[in-house]
Amino acid sequence: MDLIFAEATPPGRGGVSVIRLSGNGARAAAEKLVGSMPKPRHAYFRDLVDEGENIDQVLAIWFAAGSSFTGEEVAELQLHGAPVVVRRAVRALLDQGLRPAEAGEFTRRAFLNGRMDLAEIEGLGDLLAAETEAQRKLALRAASGELAKKAEIWRSWLIEAGALVEASVDFADEDVPEEVPDRAFELIDKLRTEIEREIDGFSAAERIREGFEIAIVGPPNAGKSSLLNRLAKREVAIVSDIAGTTRDVIEVRMDLHGLAVTVLDTAGLRESDDTVETIGIDRARKRAADADMRLHMSDTGEVSPDLWKDGDLRVSGRSDLGVKLGDVQVSSVTGQGIDQLLTRIHERLADQTAAAGIVSHERQLKELSVAAMALTDTRDLPVELVSESLRVCNSALDRLLGRIDAEDYLDLIFSSFCIGK
Amino acid sequence: MLHVKQFDVVVVGGGHAGLEAATAAARMGAKTCLVTMRREDIGTLSCNPAIGGLGKGHLVREVDALDGVMGRIADRAGIQFRLLNRRKGPAVQGPRAQMDRAIYRRVALEVVENYPNLELIYAEVSDLLRQGDTIKGVQTADGIELHARSVVVTTGTFLNGTIHIGDVSRKAGRWGDKASAGLAGALAKLELPLGRLKTGTPPRLDGRTIDWGVLDNQPGDDEPVVFSYLNDAPEAKQISCGITHTNPETHRIITENLDRSAMYGGHISGRGPRYCPSIEDKVVRFADKGSHQVFLEPEGLDDFTVYPNGISTSLPEDVQLRYVRTMKGLENVEILQPGYAVEYDYVDPRAVDASLKVRKAKGIYFAGQINGTTGYEEAAAQGLVAGVNAARYAASAEPVVFSRADSYIGVMIDDLTTRGVTEPYRMFTSRAEFRLSLRADNADQRLTPMGIELGLVAEPRASSFAIRQAAYLKARNALEDRKVSPTELKGLGFQVRQDGSKRSLFELLGLADINVDRLVSCFSEFEGITNSTLKQLQNDALYSQYTERQSRDAEALRESGSIVLSPDLDYEALGGLSGELVRKLSQAKPVTLAEAQKIEGMTPAGLTILLAATRIRERKRA
Repeated sequence: MDLIFAEATPPGRGGVSVIRLSGNGARAAAEKLVGSMPKPRHAYFRDLVDEGENIDQVLAIWFAAGSSFTGEEVAELQLHGAPVVVRRAVRALLDQGLRPAEAGEFTRRAFLNGRMDLAEIEGLGDLLAAETEAQRKLALRAASGELAKKAEIWRSWLIEAGALVEASVDFADEDVPEEVPDRAFELIDKLRTEIEREIDGFSAAERIREGFEIAIVGPPNAGKSSLLNRLAKREVAIVSDIAGTTRDVIEVRMDLHGLAVTVLDTAGLRESDDTVETIGIDRARKRAADADMRLHMSDTGEVSPDLWKDGDLRVSGRSDLGVKLGDVQVSSVTGQGIDQLLTRIHERLADQTAAAGIVSHERQLKELSVAAMALTDTRDLPVELVSESLRVCNSALDRLLGRIDAEDYLDLIFSSFCIGK
Repeated sequence: MLHVKQFDVVVVGGGHAGLEAATAAARMGAKTCLVTMRREDIGTLSCNPAIGGLGKGHLVREVDALDGVMGRIADRAGIQFRLLNRRKGPAVQGPRAQMDRAIYRRVALEVVENYPNLELIYAEVSDLLRQGDTIKGVQTADGIELHARSVVVTTGTFLNGTIHIGDVSRKAGRWGDKASAGLAGALAKLELPLGRLKTGTPPRLDGRTIDWGVLDNQPGDDEPVVFSYLNDAPEAKQISCGITHTNPETHRIITENLDRSAMYGGHISGRGPRYCPSIEDKVVRFADKGSHQVFLEPEGLDDFTVYPNGISTSLPEDVQLRYVRTMKGLENVEILQPGYAVEYDYVDPRAVDASLKVRKAKGIYFAGQINGTTGYEEAAAQGLVAGVNAARYAASAEPVVFSRADSYIGVMIDDLTTRGVTEPYRMFTSRAEFRLSLRADNADQRLTPMGIELGLVAEPRASSFAIRQAAYLKARNALEDRKVSPTELKGLGFQVRQDGSKRSLFELLGLADINVDRLVSCFSEFEGITNSTLKQLQNDALYSQYTERQSRDAEALRESGSIVLSPDLDYEALGGLSGELVRKLSQAKPVTLAEAQKIEGMTPAGLTILLAATRIRERKRA
């Protein structure tokens, strides 16, 4: 493919700016600017010279085709992080006829060259976007091909089951068992269980990736907005003594011990004649009901029963005034009890994330669901439809990341059965 | 003196590929010549005396649906018919039959000798007539030039063939044939990529020296299923086969003499098929198996030769006799002809395109074992495709290409021409991803209309198909129109789910647990539907929910093929394509992705690059 380049670090002033080149001749193009670099994977400290003029002192390195991120020849120039330096280097590369890369083009090349599968790319995208520790861990598992490794194992079961099925179909007049051996169905069941476990772990993984929502609910003037401000460590919500101050849902995004969490402050729940406030209350109920967890605040320790779910917490916000109700007492004024509250919230959310799998994208979930569905109740099917089910499952896993075809089945059949009249 | 004869199509080789190629070209209206060495070559079953099987039976049906000759000859020569997988679903059932070799040869000869538009010439082809990269005919060893617009080469294992019996080997074609060095030289000048394969045969036994009384029998089916859509029943007398087994003593003798086997003694370099291993192979690779089945197949009604299916070998003659006599019923057997292994050159089939034309030349087509396949059926199916396309080329018409979605023929040719082979290629039903739709029972519905359109299907088949198809459609419409409620069915005594949803009689036919006979007797819509039509409706109904999905997949396959590539692609600038591919792409200038796919050596990655480049350009334009 043609030679492309792009600034790999964010534009602007910084310590270092990296320009990455990929494609045939990446090394030669870099060498034109910095002089010869005999060995791959060695860092060279060089002057970057363009049209006889010294532009910068840089660190330069190149990777051979086949052992680089994109699978092509890659070179990297580490410049000082000054926009004016980068601009000159970019111009020099443009003058050489190199093309600026389109968004995502390096990754796309990695995919086309078989260096990454689709799930890995999704993982890489998540890694680049990760804000919290849990997101980073989840994304890294995906980006480093953990799903691909799993799917490789699944694939081997699928091939073995398929070979047993096909042997009983295509070699019926040979010395092979006429019925599909039970081993095939054991493999199918095992595979389905594994895929379903991944599916079950989806919602937790998705929560990690997209973040949890925690709603603060309760009657007016219970101190909801004060708590939100305290959690946010700034004045995001207007606090007043007037009941019904908060009308719309206010969101604050935070990193809770590594988990991405969005805290929602909602309108106080009460009967109201005010149209705008009523809309706000409806909205509050809906968002609170959809949230992953609710903090119920009141001065009486009572909760709104229609919004209470297992795992929620009752919070009293006026411990400084001596109110000792609910599961946790905090003071939004002094900050007392806030750490304890955060710990309690984290415990509950961490419980929910324990089951997280590595599948965290709707696309991946869809393919896995198709795969699992195909493997349901296969024992009741005629043999050619068992085989058809395996094909459906297989092409779903294919779409998830890899490839398999009939030749794989045949290989295994011939190595496990003595075929040949 | 120089003789010159003028034809549209010349077919070289009178095996199963040659027979179908010549008759297909002749049916297409081409003035055709079949040139083969000897009259005895025509219709010879050189390996086991059987036609059909799983996947292979499908091919025979497809050849028959296109009015080919194999099915009809096999029906007349068949002496034991068995529908394989009878107890499994219709999509994986395959008709198979034992042949009487003599009848097969006689009928085949009768067919080609009386075929309109077809002339037979018995001669050795010594050279190809060439004009640049265009083949203009062939030259025979006795000095006749056969001029033609196109040539089909079906020379089987003759290219560079070597026979091995134990440590003795000699250059030859099949038993008693002389290898055709002249033609081999001419083909070599085309500079096509070659590979080496091997195949083996068992010793032939004298049936009069077998103790049949102590052996198990394998009879044919009570209701024989024949190959051709034009036939209802076999013609010849039906017989049974015998079954015996190898035993530890057999295995001991083989093991002790492995160093004298051509295959194990290192005399053979070619790769053999995994599915038809020699007995040496079986004993070594499956050492824990104490016994292997051997079918004793009579080669004909008036022939005492017996083909022991399952013990092909390249051991020396004396060892063959010793191990054969260890088996039950064979204690006093005599060998009529020792088993041997054949090693031969094949052309990497990626060098031919989907019409079986040699990519780098014009007017020359390859079919059969030369393309790396094994089996009469695989050869016949390729022969038909090559014959049709040679005739189309002679008439300056566009090539005809079969798709994976419409036939096993399409699956085979696609496999061969895009992936090449590493062992002799044999058809299996598992190779066909649209297996549920590509059934032996509906080959005519899939292919005969296309054959009629091409002018390939002659009378009486065209009329007989039209009648069958009209009856099928009428019956299907009637059964689909009649909807029955669960309550009504319950009233008639059927156990069905009372879910309130009405089902058509067609859908009911597909239910696994429905009593079809009762259904037929309860509803007048079934009146007048023949058994064969009913059977097919049942098959279609059984798979309908699956085939609907398959046909969506098939549609997707066709659609992705019809993606139009950006016309202004600079292949070189795209990068990622090998120099060879860039050259071929620049030459072929494919308009669609499907055309690009057909380019020799094209890789999935290459296609992705073309597709990605097209998409980028589209986006830029938008």
